[in-house]
Amino acid sequence: MSSSGWTDLEKLFREERDRILATLIGLLGDFDLAEEMMQEAFVVALDQWPVQGQPENPRAWLVSTARHKAVDRIRRDALHREKLTEVTMEREEAPMPLEGDSSPLTDDRLRLIFTCCHPSLALEGQVALTLRTLCGLTTEEIARVFLVPLPTMAQRLVRVKNKIRSAKIPYRVPPAELLPERLDAVMTTVYLIFTEGYAATGGETLIRGELCSEAIRLGRILVELLPERAEPAALEALMLLHDSRRCARVGSDGEIVLLEHQDRGVWNRGQIEEGIGLLERSLSRGGARCRYALEAAIAAVHAQAASYEQTDWREIAALYSRLLQLHPSPVVQLNRAVAVAMAEGPEFGLRILDDLERQGELQEYHLLPAAQADLLRRMGRFSDAAGYYARAIALVGNGPERRFLERALADASGR
Amino acid sequence: MKYLLLIYQSETAVGTQDDEMRKAVLAEYGAVTAEVKASGHYLAAERLQPIATATTVRVRDGKTLTTDGPFAETREQLAGFYMIDAEHLDDAIAIAARIPSVRFGSIEVRPIWPPPYCE
Repeated sequence: MSSSGWTDLEKLFREERDRILATLIGLLGDFDLAEEMMQEAFVVALDQWPVQGQPENPRAWLVSTARHKAVDRIRRDALHREKLTEVTMEREEAPMPLEGDSSPLTDDRLRLIFTCCHPSLALEGQVALTLRTLCGLTTEEIARVFLVPLPTMAQRLVRVKNKIRSAKIPYRVPPAELLPERLDAVMTTVYLIFTEGYAATGGETLIRGELCSEAIRLGRILVELLPERAEPAALEALMLLHDSRRCARVGSDGEIVLLEHQDRGVWNRGQIEEGIGLLERSLSRGGARCRYALEAAIAAVHAQAASYEQTDWREIAALYSRLLQLHPSPVVQLNRAVAVAMAEGPEFGLRILDDLERQGELQEYHLLPAAQADLLRRMGRFSDAAGYYARAIALVGNGPERRFLERALADASGR
Repeated sequence: MKYLLLIYQSETAVGTQDDEMRKAVLAEYGAVTAEVKASGHYLAAERLQPIATATTVRVRDGKTLTTDGPFAETREQLAGFYMIDAEHLDDAIAIAARIPSVRFGSIEVRPIWPPPYCE
């Protein structure tokens, strides 16, 4: 095969594998069989296309080749089983149906994502299966990302696929009456993948860029396939706006760079523009009450500010207040406190944070004492700040964040 | 696909309901059962007597051990069940969500093994 033919097929595999897999799962009703047959179909393509030329509709060709392979496999297995049962009479599962409304022309990725993120599945299972099927990460890669041993992750995937089959979770886009609630679950999973990439909860790297990129890709699928809904566009806007700062958040030494000190020149302008466009689109479709839209609006204010000092902190504080009204959470309150501190002075922000602490909220969350320490530092109360930095260090999980806090502690202690 | 919908609720909490409430819940159960029958999902449904009437049996080393009540102290007890035939889990969840106890207890949805060799 010519090298360009090879590249073409590789590119096709990268771009189309999720769509082909989604269709095959619909046709075959079995995640593992679908994946195996898809791989076999690509092997056949690798063999035949250089000689016979690439078919007119490569995706349809791959789907139907994989499907024929599956039919052969099922026939062979059925024959095998008949022979077996004559002697053993052991319990066997019924062969899966070979029908369904999937055709190579429909886009089944939405059915796949709603199935992977079904609320009856444990969240960690949802995340793993989504990354495995829609993003094509290997089990090993997913295990590495979540810092669990490979057998643990393999088991998690087996368990979740087994539940889909055994409990008969339907392979479908939920009907209208269930859609809002189920879409919420899907977006939670996608955003969880993003946030895990954006601020890794453990390990030595701050950002796992591949997870951010995969979450953004999933978000794009939702926007593309649910164009009338306001929420997916808001989520995608939020992820793009956050991700636009990815390069600026980590220094050349791998250490954390706060928003305040980031080189705004390296922020990804293309992503910012796309994010703002999607945010406007979401708002025009009634997304104003959506949590992701409000958070994206906050990120947009940052993205458009010339510097940290020139940021419209009043607007940000107002957006956080609105977010707090619609979706109360101590984390939102914490963020609002930081914006209030910038808009009105650190003592006003600190008052909100101290209230949070008194209410016993966020006791395990390192960013509460870290924020208190920062405001105390700004007020010149360095020894108080040092105490809070020490508390934050005791709670923090990942390396760069911990080292950042340790530097801040050393700094405050020396003043 | 057959599912068993197991109804769990706290007997002490239910014991504090007044007569009127109890009657209303029972009437609602009657209505839900009629609906599940009418829609063709119904296979069976029963209400269990309180756990004070329960007996737990074990056989160990050939010896039958019989004790009063369920072994573990749990917050919620099995109070009854529906057995239904549903197309898929979403349908079973929709029915579970209509069982009155779902509002003060919980419903466990368990798929039932298909019989062997069903083609």
